[in-house]
Amino acid sequence: MQEAMISKAKALLADGTVTRVIGWKRGEFVYDVTPAVFESAQELDEGFVYDDFTAANVSKYLIKESRKEGKILCFLKPCDTYSFNQLIKEHRIIRENVYIVGIPSDGKLDAEKIKSKGITGILSAQRDGDTVKVETLYGIETLPLADAMLEKCLSCKSKKHVIYDELIGEDGEVIDSDRFDMVEKLENMTAEERFEFWRSELSKCIRCNACRNVCPACSCEKCVFDNPQSGVENKAPADSFEENMFHIIRAFHVAGRCTDCGECSRVCPQNIPLHLLNRKFIKDINSLYGEYQAGEDTTSRSPLTNYDTEDCEPKIVHERGVE
Amino acid sequence: MQRIGVFVCHCGTNIAATVDVKAVAEALSHEPGVVVSQDYQYMCSESGQNLVKDAIKEHKLTGIVICSCSPRMHENTFRKAAAAAGLNPYLVEIANVREQCSWIHKDIATATDKAVILGKAAVAKVHLNAPLTSMESPVVKRALVIGGGIAGIQTALDIAEAGFDVDIVEKQPTIGGKMAQIDKTFPTLDCAACILTPKMVEAAQNEKIHIHSFSEVTDVKGFVGNFTVTIKKKARYVDETKCTGCGLCTEKCPMKKVPNEFNMGLDNRTAIYIPFAQAVPKVATIDPNYCLMMKTGKCGVCSKMCSVGAIDYKQQDQLIEEKYGAIVVATGFNPIKLDKFDEFAYSHSPDVVTSLELERLMNAAGPNGGTLLRPSDKKHPHTIVFVQCVGSRCDDEKGKPYCSKICCMYTAKHAMLIREKYPDTEVYVFYIDVRTPGKNFDEFYRRAVEQYNVHYIKGMVGKVTPKSDGQLDVQASDLLANEQLHINADMVVLAAAIEPDKTARPLATMLTTQMDTNDFFTEAHPKLRPVESATAGIFLSGACQGPKDIPETVAQASAAAAKAIGLLCKNSITCNPCVAQSDELMCNGCSSCEKVCPYGAITYTDKEFRMPDRTTAIRRVASVNPAVCQGCGACTVACPSGAMDLKGFSNSQIMAEVDAICK
Ligand SMILES: Cc1cc2nc3c(=O)[nH]c(=O)nc-3n(C[C@H](O)[C@H](O)[C@H](O)COP(=O)(O)OP(=O)(O)OC[C@H]3O[C@@H](n4cnc5c(N)ncnc54)[C@H](O)[C@@H]3O)c2cc1C
Ligand code: SF4
Ligand code: SF4
Repeated sequence: MQEAMISKAKALLADGTVTRVIGWKRGEFVYDVTPAVFESAQELDEGFVYDDFTAANVSKYLIKESRKEGKILCFLKPCDTYSFNQLIKEHRIIRENVYIVGIPSDGKLDAEKIKSKGITGILSAQRDGDTVKVETLYGIETLPLADAMLEKCLSCKSKKHVIYDELIGEDGEVIDSDRFDMVEKLENMTAEERFEFWRSELSKCIRCNACRNVCPACSCEKCVFDNPQSGVENKAPADSFEENMFHIIRAFHVAGRCTDCGECSRVCPQNIPLHLLNRKFIKDINSLYGEYQAGEDTTSRSPLTNYDTEDCEPKIVHERGVE
Repeated sequence: MQRIGVFVCHCGTNIAATVDVKAVAEALSHEPGVVVSQDYQYMCSESGQNLVKDAIKEHKLTGIVICSCSPRMHENTFRKAAAAAGLNPYLVEIANVREQCSWIHKDIATATDKAVILGKAAVAKVHLNAPLTSMESPVVKRALVIGGGIAGIQTALDIAEAGFDVDIVEKQPTIGGKMAQIDKTFPTLDCAACILTPKMVEAAQNEKIHIHSFSEVTDVKGFVGNFTVTIKKKARYVDETKCTGCGLCTEKCPMKKVPNEFNMGLDNRTAIYIPFAQAVPKVATIDPNYCLMMKTGKCGVCSKMCSVGAIDYKQQDQLIEEKYGAIVVATGFNPIKLDKFDEFAYSHSPDVVTSLELERLMNAAGPNGGTLLRPSDKKHPHTIVFVQCVGSRCDDEKGKPYCSKICCMYTAKHAMLIREKYPDTEVYVFYIDVRTPGKNFDEFYRRAVEQYNVHYIKGMVGKVTPKSDGQLDVQASDLLANEQLHINADMVVLAAAIEPDKTARPLATMLTTQMDTNDFFTEAHPKLRPVESATAGIFLSGACQGPKDIPETVAQASAAAAKAIGLLCKNSITCNPCVAQSDELMCNGCSSCEKVCPYGAITYTDKEFRMPDRTTAIRRVASVNPAVCQGCGACTVACPSGAMDLKGFSNSQIMAEVDAICK
């Protein structure tokens, strides 16, 4: 796949369709794959990476990149296309300045998860059916794929590209995933249990802002947490309440716009399952206002910025609030 | 440094009986910035206002907090007082310690605590108030009346009389509403047609009045003085401008088996029809569900008959857009469906009818030409039982909790008319109690009992059973005689409860007006502003606001017209300066605000900005048209970045209030 992508990129650079390419490059470790911009065939040959550790969603980078001179090529996995569309809907990306090549994805590996199984010194990872063979400094380890795959990929919602200029490979289908199972479990807890669950998760937060920085929905010119006038400006993680509020405010801000790309949980260094907050919103929106997938298209109106006579009455808050 | 004055009102005993007003004034005097804190018996009275004005001057106040009734009641009063004393009116805050405190609490200690907290919140807010100046916005000198019943007609006539253009949008092919279906009217028993049809003609002939019949309002944008309304003129497949209403087509149409809704389905009409002889406009309409030409492509008789070539089977719905300064809602009512009242056998026997059906059965233009005949065998009925309150004053969800108000009177009317015309007919009326307040109303009812010997029986009918001989067995209880009755009746007439038209709710949404739980439109104040809605520029006329008879409907219709005229007379109106504003530096241009703005006040421009990293960037940013914005605040909540803020209700002001309350 990596080869096919490089030659596609070279061809598009050569015929002048694009002037830049946003892809990924490797950092210090094999699993450190981060977005990067390439401007020539040579740069591509030297650094362009696409492998099982290439999970980062590049959509958000296009807010800035699409405002620069010339057209940029981006490679979008199915989940990334939802984020891209949502940003188009919000007028954040200039569509004309982006050339999209859709690429398939059958799930990405999670180095943190592999490490949590006691496997260190990772040199490479090879997928083989339901297992993953990890080559390490200390020899070869094999583990079940489910133990090595990112949560967001295990509960993948769609293998379909909702926007692209061309595709490499075949397009897939929307998947009937089990992504709300854990939310349901949380819903079935008592209020105290749930409070405990979130307390213990959110108290781990070190307020590194990684979730906000990676989130394609968190694309405000000036984030409320950076705005001295908002009253919730960035503060040291001194008070646990402050921390809990941070994630709840963020979940509210992205509600109805979050496409469930799963990046927040992927980048959280403390492994907080942040996606569950967003999924709770998505699940509620689906049940209260009818099925809605943010980013599925660029024109439909999010139920939260729409009103129709079938909408639930505000008293639902009270009804749901009673245990 | 802020210098804030606090004024706590007793409202007679309304507040003072449950709130220790002196303690509130004392407590608030220690709040930051408060330099004077006083209480007074009636702050809204002239001397109360003078107290406020004097304090503003004497203490050089920079802001005032009035702890009193709801701001909807007297905010304006105190704003004016402040302005008169040289303080910007938007530096006034009201702490509602009446509706939200004294009226809903019993315990003095708790109510006093709460009043203090509400006062503190208002003080915290007024610290952040900024002086605001109002703008003016022009008034379009044209009114829209939605619904062409007697209410809509009267309102339109009055507005036109004052010299303004007025459009009536009526969803039926003709104006007239329910009154056109009624036979004679209480309390004077004059014939409805004789008093209504001249008004319909007057409306049609008045050059200031434009009737859009068979039309609906599909979209409303804008605000008081400047509404933009989209009206859908539904295809009637007849060119209104050509049709002369000669009616030849309706005679020749071969499709004669269409239930006639004007006669409540008691007889049939043709597929092309004019609802009744005095219809306005007198224009034919084709019912596409029955028209043979439209269903099978074979027929075209009407088109051949029509000498002016008015028939157009290909006509399409047409959307027109028009601007109005004022809108009057007059969508009226309908009797409820009786499918949940199986005990009265309405669905099982044609001889069980509703009162409105009886109006048609008795009407000279009705299915029997005015002779009262039983629907089943067209025989003269000798025993008729009336059942009142069918679905009215009902405590389960089968019916309505309210009294429909008109049924006692029209039932007395029906009973009397029948006894007058057919003295050999026995008439029974079962009632819970008879409610006939109103000028000459009780006299009217007593005439039915005393002069016409109508048998009024206090009690409810339990069951109506159709018998094999065609008669109806009416099983009822006489509560005064304490006995069970069986009456062998020829006909049963049900006084069905009335409810607002089903289109009223979506219309209320379009108009952003309020309704009560029964879908009647809510007036701005139940006593003092009965014909205005809470939305500026939208007025209420007739039964859409609550059950009403014709005299009341007409009175309200003229009152609504007077209010609309008052508005249309102005060249411009002062706008509310508490409008939204977006901070361009923070705006993402995401369109969230534009999507939620019910008034279409928000537009976007691409602007060049110097960015913090010293580059320049073209960014899409929101801007609010202050003349269109109504200050509802929907956008400020939708805005993810906090760029949108509402003057007078800024995010920081609201947070300050919340903080003060939680402290
Ligand atoms: C059986 C019966 C007998 C009665 N007898 C008497 C009597 O003897 N004396 C008396 O004083 N009162 C009587 N009344 C009461 C009287 O009918 C009402 O007071 C009167 O009709 C109210 O007038 P209105 O214009 O408010 O409503 P309506 O007559 O209901 O007129 C409303 C009009 O608005 C139209 N409309 C509704 N929704 C829309 C929409 N969305 N867009 C456009 N148009 C719309 C309707 O088609 C209708 O034409 C009687 C009522 C009944 C049911
Ligand atoms: S406050 Fe915002 S949403 Fe409300 S009318 Fe003004 S611009 Fe529109
Ligand atoms: S919602 Fe806020 S950020 Fe979005 S366009 Fe409106 S003002 Fe700008």
